[in-house]
Amino acid sequence: MTMQIADSVSLPAPDAKARAHAAAARDSLRTEPKAVRITIIALAMTFLTVFVVLPLVVVFAQALSKGVIAYLTALAEPEALAAIRLTLLVAAISVGLNLVFGLVAAWAIAKFDFKGKTFLITLIDLPFSVSPVISGLVFVLLFGAQGYFGSWLREHDIQILFAVPGIALATTFVTFPFVARALIPLMQEQGTQEEEAAISLGASGLQTFFRVTLPNIKWGVLYGVLLCNARAMGEFGAVSVVSGHIRGETNTMPLLVEILYNEYQFVAAFAIASLLAMLALITLIAKTVLERHLNEGHEPRDH
Amino acid sequence: MTIEVKNLVKKFGSFKALDGVDLKVDNGELLALLGPSGSGKTTLLRIIAGLDWPDAGDVSFNGEDALAQGARERHVGFVFQHYALFRHMTVFENVAFGLRVQPRAVRKDEATIRTRVKELLDLVQLDWLADRYPSQLSGGQRQRIALARALAIEPRILLLDEPFGALDAKVRKELRRWLRSLHHEINVTSIFVTHDQEEALEVANRVVVMDKGRIEQIGSPDDVYESPATAFVHGFIGESIELPIQVEGGVIRLGDRPLRLAADGLAPGASKLFVRRHDMLVGPPGSGAFEGAIRHVRNFGPVQRAEVALSGGETIEIDAPRDKELRAGDTIGLEPRRYRIFAGA
Repeated sequence: MTMQIADSVSLPAPDAKARAHAAAARDSLRTEPKAVRITIIALAMTFLTVFVVLPLVVVFAQALSKGVIAYLTALAEPEALAAIRLTLLVAAISVGLNLVFGLVAAWAIAKFDFKGKTFLITLIDLPFSVSPVISGLVFVLLFGAQGYFGSWLREHDIQILFAVPGIALATTFVTFPFVARALIPLMQEQGTQEEEAAISLGASGLQTFFRVTLPNIKWGVLYGVLLCNARAMGEFGAVSVVSGHIRGETNTMPLLVEILYNEYQFVAAFAIASLLAMLALITLIAKTVLERHLNEGHEPRDH
Repeated sequence: MTIEVKNLVKKFGSFKALDGVDLKVDNGELLALLGPSGSGKTTLLRIIAGLDWPDAGDVSFNGEDALAQGARERHVGFVFQHYALFRHMTVFENVAFGLRVQPRAVRKDEATIRTRVKELLDLVQLDWLADRYPSQLSGGQRQRIALARALAIEPRILLLDEPFGALDAKVRKELRRWLRSLHHEINVTSIFVTHDQEEALEVANRVVVMDKGRIEQIGSPDDVYESPATAFVHGFIGESIELPIQVEGGVIRLGDRPLRLAADGLAPGASKLFVRRHDMLVGPPGSGAFEGAIRHVRNFGPVQRAEVALSGGETIEIDAPRDKELRAGDTIGLEPRRYRIFAGA
């Protein structure tokens, strides 16, 4: 009996010690010393607070600084309503165009081999690498009074610059990588076998697209549309160049924010800005949800 | 349905995937296309299915030109190596797909489709998986569903591309037997591609051996094993000992050592001698065509495998019955019970 007790007491001691030692060794391999860890995390948190959270809070604080009534009145101004309408219209047009373009481009790149494919992929990224102001200027050069098509457009009485078409074009140009970028890697990874299977089972091209291809990429499409939309609504530079800033007509929300701010109408400026900030927050949440779906789509590929 | 392929050529850039292939497949046959990777067997299968197009040559089904039709019209069931199941559809919907996409005029009503899918799932013995998604199935189950899906359209021809290539050895063996009995049951003209000789010899009625875009031999499993037509076939099928020899003035030499083998009717020059491992009979030193020293011996299932250094320079592996006493260091004589010599280095 005593022997048993002695055994059961003395044995675990070195065992536990060894285990603790091993755990410590593992920990020190896996992470930095505690002080370093705390410093790094604190730095990151401070940075985020100062540069992201604080401005966001300030936007809402300023917007509501004169009370909820003033906030709502500012949003109900005809000029504000016109800007919101225009922004939604432009976003709808450019997201629609880029959805079609993105699908076509991703399809072409992922499912076919052709000459100039790398060039096309590079071209899709162009709007990311060009300053938006220059993107806007391109349209001024093309469609402005002194531009290449300027005189022809005037003869036919078509207004592109300083009107909805110009703003929509500039926005479309700036946002066109989003859908294509979201889809190309997804479609490349999925390959063409399911489509081949569908066709050999007698499906037509359209049936294959709507029953096989589209369901497989739908989360990617939504993801691209979401980011495209966020950028389209928030675009400032390119739109500023082509819009002409006609009050109540060609001012989008970001443009109106700047104008109101320059006129010292802080509550009105921040009220509009708060709408854009909310759009950003909603986009962020939706993005997280979509990313989860996208990742789920990847898991079952374990053959 | 008979399939006839004439002088088929297919190039990918400068690579000749098919280099003049002729093949006739009889009605109800189960044919294996066997070859190493890059031999063109999958390309041939995809051209028959209409998923690829040849640069030259003809494909006809029952005498009518198949190349005039797209994959959609050919009515060919295709089973992919990696299943290619529709990942967003249930097993049931996967199998039903071919029935649902038919033109409205010939499409069956929902009740008929349901009955048909149930029958097919019964046929592949997986009716209990109808509501699962492909990602929830094992590899073997996925492949059987892929087969059921291909059979749903009542294909005139069934084509299987490395159907068991992505499965583990045990499942592969089970599915092989199952495929053979299934073919016996439905009796549709079928071609399957494989790089696994055991699979081809065990499952098929007839085997087509391919290499570098050409057909090396067509024959029954016994034919290609017992009487290989070319050096490639002998080396590829079964475990062969391959020895470089010289034929000169009616004498066969291995290195500088003359072999006691008849050289009648052999063209002079560098040639290759092929013997199956188990066809090398072990005798006392001085007996047989070869002589060599045993390096080491391993037991290997029902046989023992000995590594023998031949006098003449080459080292070979032979299979002998387990009751034969072989010891490392012994000198033995070896007599090939059967052998073949192919001209050329």
